[in-house]
Amino acid sequence: MDNEQRDQWDLVIKGHRSLFEINLRDLWRYRDLLLMFVKRDFVSFYKQTILGPLWFFIQPIFTTLVFTFVFGNLAQMGTDGLPHILFYLSGITAWNYFAECLTKTSTVFKDNTNIFGKVYFPRLIMPLSIVVSNLVRFGVQFLLLVAMMVYFGINGANFEVTSAVLFLPVILLTMALLGLGIGLIITAMTTKYKDLTFLVTFGVQLLMYGTTVIYPLSEAKTKFKDYAWLIELNPMTGIIEAFRFCLLGRGEFTLSSFGYSVLVTVVILALGTVIFNKTEKNFVDTI
Amino acid sequence: MSKSVIKVEHLSKAYQIGQIGTGTLSRDLERLWVTKVRGKEDPFLRIGEVNDRSVKGESDIVWSLRDVNFEIEQGDAVGIIGKNGAGKSTLLKLLSRVTAPTSGQIKIKGRIASLLEVGTGFHPELSGRENIYLNGAILGMRKKEITRKLDEIIAFSGVERYIDTPVKRYSSGMYVRLAFAVAAHLESEVLIFDEVLAVGDAEFQRKCLGKMGDISKGEGRTVLFVSHNMAAVKSLCNKGIVLENGSVKFNGGAEQAVAYYLGGGGAQTMNKVVFDKKFQTPVFSLHEMSVRNLEKTVNEPIAEDLPIELSTEITFHESDADRYHLTFHLYNELGEPLFSFHHTEESAKIQSGRNQIVCRFPAHFFQSGNFNLALFVVRDKRKSIFSERDILTFTVVDGQREMGVFMGREPGYIKPRFEWQINGK
Repeated sequence: MDNEQRDQWDLVIKGHRSLFEINLRDLWRYRDLLLMFVKRDFVSFYKQTILGPLWFFIQPIFTTLVFTFVFGNLAQMGTDGLPHILFYLSGITAWNYFAECLTKTSTVFKDNTNIFGKVYFPRLIMPLSIVVSNLVRFGVQFLLLVAMMVYFGINGANFEVTSAVLFLPVILLTMALLGLGIGLIITAMTTKYKDLTFLVTFGVQLLMYGTTVIYPLSEAKTKFKDYAWLIELNPMTGIIEAFRFCLLGRGEFTLSSFGYSVLVTVVILALGTVIFNKTEKNFVDTI
Repeated sequence: MSKSVIKVEHLSKAYQIGQIGTGTLSRDLERLWVTKVRGKEDPFLRIGEVNDRSVKGESDIVWSLRDVNFEIEQGDAVGIIGKNGAGKSTLLKLLSRVTAPTSGQIKIKGRIASLLEVGTGFHPELSGRENIYLNGAILGMRKKEITRKLDEIIAFSGVERYIDTPVKRYSSGMYVRLAFAVAAHLESEVLIFDEVLAVGDAEFQRKCLGKMGDISKGEGRTVLFVSHNMAAVKSLCNKGIVLENGSVKFNGGAEQAVAYYLGGGGAQTMNKVVFDKKFQTPVFSLHEMSVRNLEKTVNEPIAEDLPIELSTEITFHESDADRYHLTFHLYNELGEPLFSFHHTEESAKIQSGRNQIVCRFPAHFFQSGNFNLALFVVRDKRKSIFSERDILTFTVVDGQREMGVFMGREPGYIKPRFEWQINGK
């Protein structure tokens, strides 16, 4: 009888939930909202701008040019035999996606206090929508990269696209989830300890130099033998290297290095989800 | 058997007041150690106390709600009333799952939608139409549901002409109309409204309240309505819950709940305020203000059928204190000004030093209700050197009436007695 009584309720709001309780059905029910957020991000990004979506290209183009000049020409760093532009552009395109996922999710609670304080919807929708809308952005920038590849291909540059390109979705997913996981942990912690916000802004920038965006792993291994392990310890290294290998046929794509990245991603994502879930219930009171 | 759709059981919510952030890490660790490792009760919650903001507490944990229990049945329109700080907003937040309870639980049947604010998530750059979709989705509607109701929503909002204009170009009235239109078309079984919804011009306010009435009475859905507006509660709701200091003080019919609330509920009223350092200026120091029935104490409810005395204790530091006088503005519970009054210099001059300034209202002057006073200190009848709104809030209750006469509340806030003359011809 008692059981029957309990089953009648559609929703029970309680103070404590088990650690891994994620209401996937709830999340699915709100999938329209996720798409709506993506659309909002995209439309509001270029409304009232002259160049509109062209802005998506401007940042990677200029960064690539600067990197080519500073690291390629001034510092004379190797690029695994790839044309400088292709090397930097591929690194930047992939890194941007990761960095955007991370920094944007790391302020989810802070940026949405207003909405979160007034309406309930599964909070995870917000970071997920960030990952998806950045995927759109990545897609646009990826077209630029493909266009460059075609251009350099016609001009006989030295790179090859292999069947490994089919592996690209897996790499993208890993990259997105890693950014998401770290972002979730940080946003949950910043509701109480704001210090972390400062860390993120320059930490992500510094981390880029610890990842093989502006230099290939092979170069790091020959030039700084003693510290190369530090770079390999960075889970993003395996991902960026794999990304380059799949598209351009250069870089170190081994099962162990990429497998390590996947493992770290899974652990961080699990941790991030748990912490995020625990925080979302009460963060309105403390932020 | 009655069908309850909401069941609140032993619901409590504690808040930490004061600084959050300094020293929290060490405290969090201590808390974790005590609760998780040693399995004891949270030491920081145990010392919590009732949320009475006029009394300075010992600890910085305050119970905004404590052991609240009630049930709401299908189709009821329930008004939740109480003074500021009684726990209404907290209860709303818990019901709408914005924050989680500290202990206890809420059980709900069917979908619940809460409108603590209209237009949550509106994006200024998006058009009205796009915002309908976005806002609807935030409130839990599916896309096809919104598409199906789109025409109805646009018609209700009355902003057809601007529907493809970015909402940042809207007037604030249009904005609210559109936002409320979305909210009013939610299809949930339980709806929670906050009174702040009833904004906009009078016509739209009527439309909103009418829609709320339709929802509860016409469609048989359950509505929770939080308000300070007793008239709205009486006309919209059939049940009422009075909250005070975080617990349910009265649960019953809407009329009785309003009567209980306006009657002061037997609890201490705010008819007297003692000021500390806050209102000390070089010119004067304000000590205390009180409202009471003549020859009664400030702790008794103020009845409208007896003379009422407003007393202000104030010290003037300057020797030419008679340059100053006090002006009061009286507001009703909706914050609308009723009238202003001040002492004329001929009848009462302020002395240098401590003064007790008393204003006496005749019996049967006020209607029952809540009133707010604003105080101004004016120099030379020209310049206001100090002003403070809501400096004192007081509640006037109905006095004794003979059996058989009209028992309801007449319109308005005051009922001055004038001189009448009837000449038989």
